[in-house]
Amino acid sequence: MNTRQQSKLIYSWYGKPLSSDRKLRTSQYKGILITSESSKTETCIKLGDFILVEGVNADQPYVAQLMDLYEDGAQHKRAVVQWFCRLEEIPQNKRKLLKREISAQEVFFDQVLGYDTDIAAETIIKRIMVLPLHLSEELPIITLNKEQTFYVRQSWDGKCFKVLSPDTFSKLKEANKKRGVITNYSKAFTPSDILTPVKKETESVVWSATKPKNTDMEIESKHSTSKSSLAKERHSQRVANNDIKTPTARKKLELNSPTRSKGKLLGCEVLGLLDDDCDAIAPLEPSAPKRKVKFTGEMLGSPPKIPCSNDKSKPTSETAEQRQRCSDTLRLSPYTKVKDFSEKDRDLHEEDDILLSLVGYQTQSSQIPVLTPRSRRTCAQKTSALIAEQISLLKSHGKLAAEEDFSSGSDSSYSSSSEEEEDDDVPCTPEKKPKSSKTFSTPKSSRKSAVHTPAKTLKKTPLQGTPRTPRTPRNATPEIPRRVQAAQEPASVLEEARLRLHVSAIPESLPCREEEFQDIYNFVESKLIDGTGGCMYISGVPGTGKTATVHEVIRCLQQAAENEELPPFQFVEINGMKLTDPHQAYVQILEFLTGQKVTATHAAVLLTKLFSTPGPKRKTTVLIVDELDLLWTRKQNVMYNLFDWPTQKHSKLIILAIANTMDLPERIMMNRVASRLGLTRMSFQPYTYKQLQQIVLSRLKGVKAFEEDAVQLVSRKVAALSGDARRCLDICRRATEICEFARQKRAPEIVRMAHVTEAIDEMFSSPYVNAIRNASLHEQIFLKAILSEFCRAGVEEATVQKIYHHYVALCRVEGLQSPTVSEVMAICSRLGACRLLLVEASNKYLHMRVRLNLSQDDVMYALREE
Amino acid sequence: HRHLLELLKRTTVHGESNSALIIGPRGSGKTALLNHVLKDLREMEQVRENLLEVHLNGKNPFLSGLLQTNDKVALKEITRQLQLENVVGDKVFGSFAENLAFLLEALRKGDRTSSCPILFVLDEFDLFVHHKNQTLLYNLFDISQSAQTPVTVIGLTCRQDILELLEKRVKSRFSHRQIYLMNSFDFKQYIKIFKKQLSLPAEFPDESFAQKWNNNVQHLSEDKTVQDVLQNLFHHTKDLRSLHLLLMLASSAVTVHHPLLTAADLQEASRQHSTDSKANIVHGLSVLEICLIIAMKHLNEVYDGEPFNFQMVYNEFQKFIQRKAHSMYNFEKPVVMKAFEHLLQLELVQPLERPSVRSQREYLLMKLLLDSSQIMDALQVYPNCPTDVKQWAASSLSWL
Repeated sequence: MNTRQQSKLIYSWYGKPLSSDRKLRTSQYKGILITSESSKTETCIKLGDFILVEGVNADQPYVAQLMDLYEDGAQHKRAVVQWFCRLEEIPQNKRKLLKREISAQEVFFDQVLGYDTDIAAETIIKRIMVLPLHLSEELPIITLNKEQTFYVRQSWDGKCFKVLSPDTFSKLKEANKKRGVITNYSKAFTPSDILTPVKKETESVVWSATKPKNTDMEIESKHSTSKSSLAKERHSQRVANNDIKTPTARKKLELNSPTRSKGKLLGCEVLGLLDDDCDAIAPLEPSAPKRKVKFTGEMLGSPPKIPCSNDKSKPTSETAEQRQRCSDTLRLSPYTKVKDFSEKDRDLHEEDDILLSLVGYQTQSSQIPVLTPRSRRTCAQKTSALIAEQISLLKSHGKLAAEEDFSSGSDSSYSSSSEEEEDDDVPCTPEKKPKSSKTFSTPKSSRKSAVHTPAKTLKKTPLQGTPRTPRTPRNATPEIPRRVQAAQEPASVLEEARLRLHVSAIPESLPCREEEFQDIYNFVESKLIDGTGGCMYISGVPGTGKTATVHEVIRCLQQAAENEELPPFQFVEINGMKLTDPHQAYVQILEFLTGQKVTATHAAVLLTKLFSTPGPKRKTTVLIVDELDLLWTRKQNVMYNLFDWPTQKHSKLIILAIANTMDLPERIMMNRVASRLGLTRMSFQPYTYKQLQQIVLSRLKGVKAFEEDAVQLVSRKVAALSGDARRCLDICRRATEICEFARQKRAPEIVRMAHVTEAIDEMFSSPYVNAIRNASLHEQIFLKAILSEFCRAGVEEATVQKIYHHYVALCRVEGLQSPTVSEVMAICSRLGACRLLLVEASNKYLHMRVRLNLSQDDVMYALREE
Repeated sequence: HRHLLELLKRTTVHGESNSALIIGPRGSGKTALLNHVLKDLREMEQVRENLLEVHLNGKNPFLSGLLQTNDKVALKEITRQLQLENVVGDKVFGSFAENLAFLLEALRKGDRTSSCPILFVLDEFDLFVHHKNQTLLYNLFDISQSAQTPVTVIGLTCRQDILELLEKRVKSRFSHRQIYLMNSFDFKQYIKIFKKQLSLPAEFPDESFAQKWNNNVQHLSEDKTVQDVLQNLFHHTKDLRSLHLLLMLASSAVTVHHPLLTAADLQEASRQHSTDSKANIVHGLSVLEICLIIAMKHLNEVYDGEPFNFQMVYNEFQKFIQRKAHSMYNFEKPVVMKAFEHLLQLELVQPLERPSVRSQREYLLMKLLLDSSQIMDALQVYPNCPTDVKQWAASSLSWL
């Protein structure tokens, strides 16, 4: 499945060419033989088979059906496929159209036009199963090959989901039949009310070995129900997940709570947890099939009837539990029947009895001796009393069971795990450790890091692929603690205005940037429609709305894509300032695109491969590179790569590069980089005062907080200085604050000129003059001495020694005690710390050179006022 | 004060992001102000806690620029102080890039209404400016300017030119709120501060003594000599820390037998406070070393501050010895060299460049770190100085 494995495979045709087209010099074949060099195994894939095709992301190969195989004129092995798409491939916003939850193994019959169905045969990874199901059908439990079995219920044509047409359905079924998989549809049973006891339904489990390889074992059981309630969906999801873990991992998530209503409550959270589970379990997968082979897959009898009142009882078996949970589905889990069935049976009996006596619930599990308490997860959410009770029971049960296990010495492997999900502080109850080394207990790491009882739970097991170092929680969710109390809403007009004037407030539209917006929009749109790549360089001084405009463009484009006006695209953003190292850009882009986390060099290789090879289902990617100048490296390879990718034929990459300097390409880029960047440039001019005024007014629309003239004054001031919109907004915001202070005395409702002037003064006034005026007398005399020394020497630099002479003289004139050299040095360093003076390192003592950090006139002005 | 208080209150209550700089010379009470505001703020929230159940755990990562020498360390410290989930027992692992991405992700997730506001206090803000690319500052300011987790960034610095050090895009993101703190009090207030600092608090156990002491302090503050001392100090610096230092020196003279502070104590302390350290060193020198310093002083006068080497000093010294041989023993050259090196170690003379292996020590260029007035002052108080040495020091050119 990964590239490494794939590299060892040899592809050859199976059989002779069926037909050949002389003209096109193509010849068609009925199958392809994949030979693995390492294991010397051969797999034959024939037409109509379902296959996995190498995708962008190594972990998520595409699902497809092989329609045609041929060799083209250039001796390349080609394949024509019918795509299926996974849920992940469907845009987020479309997923809600589905109105139901989808298991990881469900795929959609892909009818989206525009995807290249002609692929290289070498990208085929292996054969899989795709089972067509009716919409209302339950997902069957697949205990084997769960990774290789997918289900199709609906088709997806890029806009909406449709039920599979009977034609397609039968075709797909046909394809499966051909492979020898017998799907057996049980007759639908009538769904009963949730609270009514489960009716016994027929189930048939047909499983057949289709291929010599163990992986081809298939267990199918179909339950058709006429109703697909939400609960059922959830259930099916759960089952699908459960399947993942079936024999080995016994981390069954049972939504079993003592009462029925509780179980319902859990819902989504548990699903989330399940997903986590699923992830955690993923590394175990390889071991799963091996294990499975050993099982004879005996279906242990299903109890004839489980009344719902049993819900209150301790769930003792997976089967039973599930029955109770979803009353209208009967879940079968293939339980392992091991050789010494009777012994185990006895064990179970005992255990159950113990359990019974302890729990004191009425249970029917004793009637179902075969069923074992395989896994038990109680999600105690409601009554704490029940929680406590359960824990203690479970604990004691666990212990007893463990003892039981020991004493009996049976090699039966079963485990009971019970975990408290929702309560962080509730420790995981001990899990009974199975004897068999193959089974292991993986403590569920609930996101909130539940306290595990370390004595009993085995943290690491040899089979667990990823050794979790307890020090570094890998999947720590980056999150800031929530605030306890909701933020106050603005109460007054001024507060409202201030909120709107905050730079972070997102305006509905960007005034005064319509032209630029249109240009960028057109650029990206045309590239999107053409399906080509390109670069655009955007420059402008800070605070002119470059990033805001680009984001606005992307937002509009995304909206357009949603409305089917444009082909869908991916959007990736990196910011040079937010990277610690230019090479980290690769890592971030790759993470955005595929979700993989790799090192920088590897990421670069992967990305180059990604963008330079034609992918079958590639979407266009729009990449925004903010603060481009920081991606500069000495060899400029990061920039080179970035701008080289769009020029590749198949890349479908659009880059919008943003930086401050207009001539960045000429100034810091090498020729080969600059030439790849192209000539599509755009510069954002600083805002004029009118534009600034418009921006402020548009933000203040509907709020009467500012005098017209006041806004104009701010705009003019800022436009004269920098044209930075951020500055303008900050001044206005400050003015509202000043106004608010003033209002406490009088009651002016709106911000007037005076307030604005004050704010401007505050922001732009030079601090130096004020600092000098507030300096001590000797500090001022020292500054005077500096001035007179400068005056004498005519150079704007002097040593302390020379200044000292002037200083002493001045002190005499003023009639002050002349200070010692140490004091002078102290004064000098104080002024230096404030950066009124620029001084050398102080170890030069008297020979330290001193320079003024402001103009002599300023000093003179400040001193004369005294 | 009120400005800052309002600012922080808005951050916590409304979830508004802000950034501000507190600028003022050393000892002007920047940190004190901030601490005071934070204390007020906590009290206020405590008050409101009963009503609205707000205890916004506004976390205060106090970042000191002196400790966080680069962004990497600073980032780890932030993560640690925020107690994010990748923190394990006060330690943060993972690479710099990972941590940055993690923190940014964490901060991005929050929004104005739901996340807990965070207050970043950057002490010695000017040192953060020198970090590579100003990544940390950019990111902090960027967050404060975007609709993410509400943060307030407060920087403390003594540099007036701090804004010029910020890179333009960082500067653009900074809100340009600056709070200037100046020691703008006059001498009367200074005296008041002096009294307040020196007075014993009301809860002092021995009440009668406290009474007596406070009366004495009151008396002192009206005393002319004390006022002179304080005036002198006030003219030198308005930094309250130096006042504390002076009072500390003075009050250390207080003993059981000498229970009350006197004006003389203060004068003495003031004298100690303002003595010239280099001139003090001169007092402890031998006559030979004094002679060498005088020779250097003459050389400085003759050559107008040009650097000299040992040979020149020795020659000058020889001239003096030859004329007035009777008062000074004619030391041999190695002995003089030794004395010269001693001066070097005392840093009264300083080599212009690092001594290298090749150049001879005699010809290494040196500079005198004393002013001639300092030397003359020192000679006045130097005990048992031979008169002809004093004369030699006073009249330089006549000896040539």
